[in-house]
Parts: sequence; structure tokens; C-alpha cells
Amino acid sequence: MNAAHYEYVRRLGDNALVLGQRLSEWCGHSPFLEEDIAMANTALDLIGRARMLYTHAAALEGRGRDEDALAYGRDEREFGNFLMCELPKGDYAFTLVRQYLLDVYHHRLFTALTTSRDETLAAIAAKAVKEAAYHLRRSGDWVVRLGDGTDESRDRCQAALDELWGYTDELFAGDAVDAAMAEAGIGVAPASLAEGWRAEVEALFDRAQLALPRDDWQASGGRAGLHTEHMGRLLAELQFVPRAYPGARW
Amino acid sequence: MADQPLTDPLARFERTIAAEEKIEPRDWMPDKYRQNLIRQISQHAHSEVVGQLPEGNWITRAPSLRRKAILLAKVQDEAGHGLYLYSAAETLGVSREQMLDDLLSGKAKYASIFNYPTLSWADVGAIGWLVDGAAIVNQISLCRTSYGPYARAMVRICKEESFHQRQGFEIMQTLAAGTPEQKAMAQDALDRWWWPTLMMFGPHDAESAHSQQSMQWKIKRQSNDELRQKFVDQTALQAAHIGLVIPDPELKWNEARGHYDFGEIDWEEFNRVLNGHGPCNRARLAARRKAHEDGQWVRDAMMAHADKEAARARGVAA
Repeated sequence: MNAAHYEYVRRLGDNALVLGQRLSEWCGHSPFLEEDIAMANTALDLIGRARMLYTHAAALEGRGRDEDALAYGRDEREFGNFLMCELPKGDYAFTLVRQYLLDVYHHRLFTALTTSRDETLAAIAAKAVKEAAYHLRRSGDWVVRLGDGTDESRDRCQAALDELWGYTDELFAGDAVDAAMAEAGIGVAPASLAEGWRAEVEALFDRAQLALPRDDWQASGGRAGLHTEHMGRLLAELQFVPRAYPGARW
Repeated sequence: MADQPLTDPLARFERTIAAEEKIEPRDWMPDKYRQNLIRQISQHAHSEVVGQLPEGNWITRAPSLRRKAILLAKVQDEAGHGLYLYSAAETLGVSREQMLDDLLSGKAKYASIFNYPTLSWADVGAIGWLVDGAAIVNQISLCRTSYGPYARAMVRICKEESFHQRQGFEIMQTLAAGTPEQKAMAQDALDRWWWPTLMMFGPHDAESAHSQQSMQWKIKRQSNDELRQKFVDQTALQAAHIGLVIPDPELKWNEARGHYDFGEIDWEEFNRVLNGHGPCNRARLAARRKAHEDGQWVRDAMMAHADKEAARARGVAA
């Protein structure tokens, strides 16, 4: 029971950390200054979310680890984030379409988690849901602007959506951990989020004049630690300093 | 006898300056005052924007999540400073596009310090401690500058910079008290950043191209050499406190002057970096140009969408 609880909370942290790490790559390289600020701000929210979730997960685990041990001391196979989070940042359309798909998901997920029987998780969710709401407002606005902007922006946006769509199935394919946590009233059964998520994104893609891709292929494996080849490099960069100086405190 | 109302705009301008009051955007001002401010404020804004790059280089590699969060917040603040400062410059009648073009074409300058590379995590500490520390010394003085929007932007910026400086010092303090490798990393960063930081205050007063006029108009309130001395005095004590050695054999307390004496800056290096030949000048400008060029389609899409929305709103209204 405790192992599943730890795993559930830590995986939520993995999503936040890995996506925050990818977003932070935009810092200083965005299309204009206001976007540098918005991107850093969103990345900061996600890193903050990862810290809270990891600290809670480490306490549940009870092995004396802390947030940094979880972020810096695990290898690829031990990370359970969705594959979508680790994909390289791509162009601005790719980054924002991904962000939108995940913001809708997280907004719904954390709304549901505010009533978790795990009070710490419910408190973290209450904070995360506020952030997810403004992340969603921003990423949704951008998808509409880019979809309904120029021919080039629509093509880029559509290409991003086509590429990312196959990674969305994973968001709703729960495993034994999810089932146990939903059963215990601690977590949410991912499948229960699917219908609302799909209706919401379809409505926005319609406004953005983007075509919904066909459901012809689905990637999976993130929750089980079976990642894309991008993940190892992301972790190599993220973890390099503490691994080069073992035992040091920063 | 009561003061005569001044109808001559120059006399009124000079009286405002003499009375330590602020010049505001709608006030008459000499063209050279305006141009001087545009140059200085936009240069300052560009420095904040380009300054995201050397520290941004370490966000993805920050050694703890706490450090990563702090660094993200700090770099975000810097972009925000760029934004206030561009807005302050816009009150003088120059557009952001024009300023950006001048930066990307290499016509406008930004702080040369950002043309040095960040080679280790300790460099993030050194930038906060030294570079932001030097910036604060300069900017506290600018809170009393004669142009209102610039002075007010500085008040806000100084508050955030002082937090940046403390976080940098805390990184260095932690490293200096850490393992021998960490202490060596901190010392190496201090060795590399010390002299470029002293160069941030600009040429000696006698050689400073814009200083005299700027002082007269109270755009600038203290001279380059005075500010540099103030920085050396405060930083020498901080370095000693955390057990790091400032790389200047001539640095010594001078009882008679009540200040530290220090060695001469390598002005040849100063000029070389200023003229575009520092270690990272090309890379920094290339990164900004690439961000701007890669972002063109995004900005175009935003404008196209706004036009479509406006047309639709007119269609509904009609």
C-alpha cells in the first residue's frame, strides 16, 4: 500500500520535473521578452510542484531520501513520467501544443485530487490547480492564436498536434498503482479523466481550426520507466553536477 | 521677491534639475539629454536581456531543485527588468522595435560582462555576488537620477537585485565552506570574474566619454571611479569573510585614504571586449538573433490572429 502511494505521488513529481526542465530550456530564447518571462514563470511553477510532490513522496517512502535524492539520484528506468513530457522542446508550436494538452490534463487531475484522502496531496493539488488554471489559459490562447494565425503557424501547430497525439493515450492508461490509489480514495483513476479532457481539447482545436488527428498509433511505457532515447540525455544534463561531485552539498 | 515664472524652457529644465526635482516624459528637455538617456536606458535594458544567457546556461544543470527554482526566478526577474527599462526608454519617444534592431545589428551596446562564459556552477554564484553586487552599487546611485521614469524603475530593480546579490553570495559561501573541490571551484570563479566586474564601472573618470555631461544633468550621480571604489571596499570584506582570495596582489587597506587600494585594470582587455572581441560577444548576439528570427513566425501569427479577431468583431457589429 505504502509503496503504491509513494509511487503515485512520485510519478506526479516526475511529470512536473521533466516538463519544467524542458520548458526552462526556452529561457532567453523565446520569440519575445514577455514570453521569456512567461516561460520561466511556468517552468518555475512546475519545479515548485515537483519539489512539493517529491518531498511528500520521500516522506511516504520513509527511507530518509529528500527531494534532491529523488531528482538527482535516480536513473532513467526509475522515472515514471509520461513520455510526452520528455520530448525535446521543438519549435514554439510544439512546446505550446504539448503544454496545452498537459495543462488540460493537469487542471482536471489536480481539481480531482483536491479531495484526496491524503491531506498533504490534497493541499498540494489545491495550489497546483490554481497554477494549472492560468497555465491553461495561456497555452489555450496560444494554440488558438497559432492555429488561427498565418498559414505557417497553422501548419506548424497541426504538425505538432499530429506528432503529440500518439502520446496522449498514455495519460489515461492507468496501471496497478493508479487503480490501488483510486480505490483507496487517494488518487484518481486516469480513465475517468479521458472523456472530459477529450471534449475540452476538441472544442479548443475546433476554435483553433486544427484537425483532430486519427487515433492510429499510441506510445506507452513512461509509467513503467520505458522511456524515449531523449530521456537519458535530459537526465544527464539535469544530474551532472551532483554526480560529478558525490557527497557535496549545494 | 517671488520667483519669476520661467517661460524659457531651457531655464525651466535647468531649474528643475538644480532643485533635485524629476524631469517627466511630457516636460521639455534638451535633445541631447533625451538622446543620452535613450542610449543609457536602452543599453541597460539590453544588458538585462542578454544577461539572461550566461545564467540561463546553468538552469538545466543547477545542482539542487532549490537552486534551480531560485535561478529560474532570478532570470525571470532580469527579463522583467528589461521590460521596465524598455518601457522607461519608450517614454522618451523611441520604439521597442528600434531598440531591438539596434541591439541585433550590433549598434547598441550591452554590459560587456555578459561576454564572458559561465564555465561552472560557481560562476552563477560569482555573477550574483559580484556582477549583481556591482550593478547595485551603480543602480542605488541611479535611484536619484533626474529622469523620473528611470529613477522609479531603478527603485524597484534595486530591491530585486539585492535579493540576487544575496543569493549569489550564499552560493559562494556554501561552496567556500564545502568540499575542497567546491572551494576550488568558487575560487576559480572569483579569479575569472573579479577583473571583468571592476571593468563594469567603465573607464577612469578622466577618460569617460559621456560622464561629464551626464553628471551635470544629474543622469549620473557619482563618478565611475567613486562607484568602483565603493564596490571594492564592500566586496573585499565579503571575500575575506568567506575565505576566498581576491586575485589582486595590490589589494590592500589604506588607512590614510580610508579605502582599499587596488591594482590597475587591463584596459586593453576592456577595449577588446567592448569592441566585440570578448570570448562570447559573437555567441551572445547570435543567440539573440536566432531567438528573434526563430520567433518571427510566432509574432506574425499573433498579429494575423489579432487582425482576424478585429475583422470578425467588425463583422458582428455591422
